[in-house]
Amino acid sequence: MKEIVISGIGQTAAGEQWEISLRDLAYQAIKQALDDSGGLKPQALFVGNMLSLNLSNQAHLGGLLADYAGLTGIEAVTLEAAGASGGAALRQGYLAIASGLVDTALVVGVEKFTDKIGTDVEAALASGMDSDYEAMQGLTPVAQAAFLMQRYIYEYKVPADGFAGFALTAHANGAGNKFAMYQKAIKPETYARAEKVCDPLNLFDAAPLADGAAALILTRRDLIPQKYSHPLISIAGMGSSTDTLALHDRQDLLSFQAAKIATTQALKRAGISPEQIDLFEYHDAFSIYAALSLEAAGFAKRGLGWQLAADGSIGLKGKIPCATMGGLKARGFTGGASGIYQAIEAALQLRGSAGRNQVENPQHALIQSLGGPASTAVSFVLKKTS
Amino acid sequence: MEIARHWRLKQQRYGLVGEVCPHCDYKIFPPRDICPNCGNEARTQYTFSGKGEIFSYTTIYEAPTGYDSNAPYTVAIVKLTEGPMITAQLTDLGEQPVEIGMPVEMVTRKIRNDGDERGVIVYGYKFRPVMGA
Ligand SMILES: [Zn+2]
Repeated sequence: MKEIVISGIGQTAAGEQWEISLRDLAYQAIKQALDDSGGLKPQALFVGNMLSLNLSNQAHLGGLLADYAGLTGIEAVTLEAAGASGGAALRQGYLAIASGLVDTALVVGVEKFTDKIGTDVEAALASGMDSDYEAMQGLTPVAQAAFLMQRYIYEYKVPADGFAGFALTAHANGAGNKFAMYQKAIKPETYARAEKVCDPLNLFDAAPLADGAAALILTRRDLIPQKYSHPLISIAGMGSSTDTLALHDRQDLLSFQAAKIATTQALKRAGISPEQIDLFEYHDAFSIYAALSLEAAGFAKRGLGWQLAADGSIGLKGKIPCATMGGLKARGFTGGASGIYQAIEAALQLRGSAGRNQVENPQHALIQSLGGPASTAVSFVLKKTS
Repeated sequence: MEIARHWRLKQQRYGLVGEVCPHCDYKIFPPRDICPNCGNEARTQYTFSGKGEIFSYTTIYEAPTGYDSNAPYTVAIVKLTEGPMITAQLTDLGEQPVEIGMPVEMVTRKIRNDGDERGVIVYGYKFRPVMGA
């Protein structure tokens, strides 16, 4: 199989961007990615988006974004898998090139939360759960995460500040990312004093909703322009899996099975073990997700994921640096753009362009893009190629 | 409005009607035509007792449209005596603190109002503490 590389990256600032529309937000990221790729021309566009239909009354983003990017005529569709939409779009871009039918693909993740406010946003977010048996009971994704956290604390006797390390690490790293929604480190007291949103989950255990767009250009290695100036980053492995939408339908609630399967597949295809991963961009929409993701990826045994945050292992100089540019927690939860932001952040690390957040000489990065509580999981291993 | 959808689900909402697998005797809720335990077809109706215990719980302050007038409210994953788990609101709690393992039973209550549209008022299952337990 031909080596497939990430040849261009582009991202907008994540945050409340009232003044910019969905299409303009996407174009900003697309333009940067095209420029960064050194002039490659994509034949296909794959869009990752979660809620544009509910929040902006806009479906059919493929054609719309192709038009507003000056690419009318190319193949273009949207991939939707809740919070994993970005990961799903990236996978589709990879598959299109791997199939031999497409030489160069543009993948863009975009989400626009601020077109609606309050209870309407909550209702839109709830549409990613089991509508008949979860959302109909008034459940929200935050409450779903709180169910997991409550049970996890109960089974594993986690202390009250046991999850603090996830938010502290994310915010410390967000301070070094000019695209992050929150760029200020927080103190342990701030976490301890934070308001409970859905007991036992507090304000700092949940990532903030953020508008944002992120784009990637994928191509075959042999098509990279001669004058290309960045170190090459390849997609070395990939995996995808699903689990039940409703938590109550699972046999084992405290194991992110789909994340485990997808990550095992990705590592196997890359031909490496978890010990060879130099950084991990997990989907920390909630700190309990981060703990379960660390366990699913094989970095911690069952019930011990939280300890990697508590003992500093996930810091930039730790054993397995995580959320190195702030994660969803500090950069912001950008919905269907999240998986693309994760890939860009990992690519910046592998290029050696992560500034003051640079992890020392990384060769392999792992990404997990999750929809809901790992109801969909798409994992990637990115590799610095020489 | 989604009237057809609410009508379609009325047996589940009012009666906790699920299924039992004729191949492995696994009790299934919500009903589906494939047994999640053995993978064979399962279409035999089975009515659950409505008794169970709290597996996990939390309280919602920021609710979606249609539920916000009722907030804050407590929701739980209830493990039914017959095996499966179900997500539902808790009701009639009074001063009683909720905890994992607490015995509960099903009651029928109003679940959502019509929001700010002319939607449907939905009734269905909630769970309350078992009296004298
Ligand atoms: Zn069966």
